[in-house]
Amino acid sequence: MLTCKDFLHELSDYLDQSLDADIRTKLESHISECPNCWVIADTTRKTIQIYKGMDPYPVPADVQSRLMQALERKIAAKQKE
Amino acid sequence: MKNRPMTAPSLAEADEATLVAQSREGDGRAFGELVRRYESKIFRLAQHVTQNREDAEDVLQETFLKAYEHLDQFQGAAKFYTWIVRIAVNQALMKLRRRRTDRSVSLDEAIDTGEDTIVREVAAWDENPEQRFSRAEFGQILDEAIQGLEPPYRSVFVLRDIDELSTEETADALDLSIPAVKSRLLRARLQLREKLTRHFKRKGDDAFAYL
Ligand SMILES: [Zn+2]
Repeated sequence: MLTCKDFLHELSDYLDQSLDADIRTKLESHISECPNCWVIADTTRKTIQIYKGMDPYPVPADVQSRLMQALERKIAAKQKE
Repeated sequence: MKNRPMTAPSLAEADEATLVAQSREGDGRAFGELVRRYESKIFRLAQHVTQNREDAEDVLQETFLKAYEHLDQFQGAAKFYTWIVRIAVNQALMKLRRRRTDRSVSLDEAIDTGEDTIVREVAAWDENPEQRFSRAEFGQILDEAIQGLEPPYRSVFVLRDIDELSTEETADALDLSIPAVKSRLLRARLQLREKLTRHFKRKGDDAFAYL
């Protein structure tokens, strides 16, 4: 029988769906009988989903213009070589 | 002259390999398009790793300058983004180390001791936890939870779960083994889950078990 510790150890791969069918079946039968692990798996899955949906921060205009100016200088210097 | 020249549609649609090849030949506009595609992701990564706005701005700039300078070292086998992520992570860690040594804290310091997985609080969440908060509050909860992670976990989590790099790409970008990426990711996810549970758990539903 799989322990809760075994389950947690495999949790990441389980949520990423990167496990072989037989170990997956064992994990699924564990959470069907273990409410704790079910909640942990469910809330961890939600945690991952929430962060996946985050948009990148836009680069502020002043930061971007400094970046572009620095690049232009770099490119000009490289072309002179 | 404007800082962001209008990009011709052909540039915006060009595939990455073409843009890299053109940049190598000194085409600044092609390289500008690569910057445009990835700057906000690199900026986010830099902010998460350095946790300092000024450092993140430096990292953003240094990353693209270094990338341009060393473009001939880029092996076409990897994705361009993975390659610049590696540069960005190195720059960010350097900043972090510089700041941290001032306070004599080690970068690789880990908070838990060998135990793979520590779970203290188990409670189901509200169906739609974001509805309980304003957009700004919700965003702040997410940001603070990430900031509470130790740097080794934080960078793995950001690359794997926010930037959605593969385990292999993350290992490559951070110079870690695949098992190290996996174990750090698991800990990061469990720690974040725990931090978020404090905010998102169903009202009146207290921890009902300890493992
Ligand atoms: Zn269990």
